[in-house]
Amino acid sequence: MAVMDLSGVLEIASCTDSGMVRSHNEDSIASDEGKGLVVLADGMGGYNAGEVASGMATTVLVTEIQQLLEQQEPFQLDEQTGQPFAQRLLREQIAKANTSIYQAAQSQPQYAGMGTTLVVALFYDNRTTVAHIGDSRLYRLRGDEFRQITKDHSLLQEQIDSGMITPQQAKLSQNKNLVTRALGIDPTVEAEIHEYETLPDDIYLLCSDGLCDMVSDEDMGMALQTLGANLRLCAQQLVQMANDNGGRDNVSVILVRVRKGYSAPRGPLSRFLGWFK
Amino acid sequence: MAKLILSMDGLVLKEITLTKERTTIGRKPHNDIQIDNLAVSGEHAVIVTILQDSFLEDLGSTNGTVVNGQAVKKHFLQSNDVIELGKYKLKYVNEVPAGQAKTADFEKTMVLRPGAVKLAAPPAPAASAAVHDAAPARNFGDTLVNQGGGAAGGATPKLATTGQLNAAALQLLSGANAGKELELTKPLTTLGKPGVQVAVITRRPQGYFITHVEGASFPVVNGKLLDAQAHSLNDHDVIELAGVKMEFFLKT
Repeated sequence: MAVMDLSGVLEIASCTDSGMVRSHNEDSIASDEGKGLVVLADGMGGYNAGEVASGMATTVLVTEIQQLLEQQEPFQLDEQTGQPFAQRLLREQIAKANTSIYQAAQSQPQYAGMGTTLVVALFYDNRTTVAHIGDSRLYRLRGDEFRQITKDHSLLQEQIDSGMITPQQAKLSQNKNLVTRALGIDPTVEAEIHEYETLPDDIYLLCSDGLCDMVSDEDMGMALQTLGANLRLCAQQLVQMANDNGGRDNVSVILVRVRKGYSAPRGPLSRFLGWFK
Repeated sequence: MAKLILSMDGLVLKEITLTKERTTIGRKPHNDIQIDNLAVSGEHAVIVTILQDSFLEDLGSTNGTVVNGQAVKKHFLQSNDVIELGKYKLKYVNEVPAGQAKTADFEKTMVLRPGAVKLAAPPAPAASAAVHDAAPARNFGDTLVNQGGGAAGGATPKLATTGQLNAAALQLLSGANAGKELELTKPLTTLGKPGVQVAVITRRPQGYFITHVEGASFPVVNGKLLDAQAHSLNDHDVIELAGVKMEFFLKT
C-alpha cells in the first residue's frame, strides 16, 4: 500500500555544526520529506561514543519507520490501543533504538555509558505525532506566537515544575546539563509522546540544547519570523547565532514548514480524488 | 564546590564548603554554621544545595535574612551574593574555574539517574500537560523600510556579544521615505517587500552583514549584484533593494 507522499506539503531544512568549543559533533539529524519524518538526537558519552549513540538512534528510527510506513498508514487506528498507528510506531521503534544502543554499550567497553537525547516528529493527516526523551526540543511558530512544545526531561525542568525555581532563575543555574531520561542508558525507556494539530504556514523547529542554551527563545522566534521565507538560510542563521554567542556545544536545527493542509484520504472516493491533487 | 566565607567587620572568620544537602545556620550549637550572636535566631536559615546550585531559605527568624541588602524568604544563590545576619556576613562563592580544560567536559550533558539526587521538594509527576508556556511570545515588529521605517516596538533582543560592536543605521536615499533613518538595533532586520524581494541585515560580533532572503532579484551593494552568500557591510555602502536606495553607516 502506497503511503501519501508529503514532499509537496512539507518543506524541511536543517543545519548541524560542532560549535566553537567542541572538536567533534555528537549530534545527529535525519529527515524524510515524503514520509513526513524528522529525527534529531544529541549524543553523550566518552570519546566518540556520543556520536555512535546519536547516529544509531537516527539510523534505526528512520530506516525502520520508513519500512513500516509502507505497510500501514500512520492515521489508521490501532486495534489494541485505539490510537493512531503513528503513536505505536514511534513508541515501538524508539524502544528498539533504545535496545540497540543499550546492548552496544553493554557489549563494547569503549561504548560503555553512551546515550542520547531524542526528538522525533511524524507529520500525517494535518497533525504531527511528537516523541521526545531528554532535553532536545520542539518549538512551533504559528502566526506571531513562538512557543516551546516539548518539556525537557531534566533536573531543571523538575525544579521548575516543583516550584523550587522560576524559569528566569533556571537560566542562571549551573545544573543545565543534567537530563533525567536518555535513550540507551537503561534496558527500557519511556518516550513522551503527544499529538498536535498542524495548520498551514506553521513552522516547527527541532533543536539540540546547543541552540536553546545559547540563544534566547525571543531571538529564535525572531529568526523564524524574519527568515521563515527562506528556511535554509533560517537554519544557518540559528546555528550562526548560537556560535556568535559562544557556541559552547554542538548545535543542530531542523525546520519544517507546513505549506498546505494534508488530510489523509480515507474513503475510496477521496482516495480516488487524491490522485488528481 | 561552592563555599561560604563568614566575616564580621571585614574580618574573615571562617570558610565553609557546602558539601551537605542541607546546611543550617543559627545561634544554637547543633547548627552546621553556628553564629553565637543575639541578633541571630536559634534556627535562622538553611542552605539547600543540589549539585551545583544552592538555595537559601529563611526559617522564620526574628530579624530576617538579608541578601545583597534585600530581605529574602527564599533565594537562589548566585556567586558573590552576600548574606547578612546581624553584624555577620556570609559571602557565597561558586565559581566554575574558567580557562581550565575541564570546563568543556563540565558542560557536557549527563544523565541523572533517579535517586542520585534528592530534590528538596518532590518532583512533579511526569509531565501531564504537554504544552507549557515558554517565554511569552511577542510581536517581533519586523522593521520594513517600505512601511515607514523606525524601529518598531516589541522585543528588545539581548545579545551577549554586542559589547564592542558600533551602532549602525540605514538612511533611505530614495523612495517615499527618502531621508529617513533606520537604526539597526536588532540582531536581524529585514528590508524590502515580503513576497517580492526581502533581504536581512544581521548584526554579529564581527560586524553587519546583508543576505538575500526571498524574491527573484538579489540586492545590489555599491552597484555590485550580490549572490546568495552573506555580504559584509562597510561604512557608507549603498544598498539597492526593491527599487529603494539606502546608505549603510556606522554611528560613532
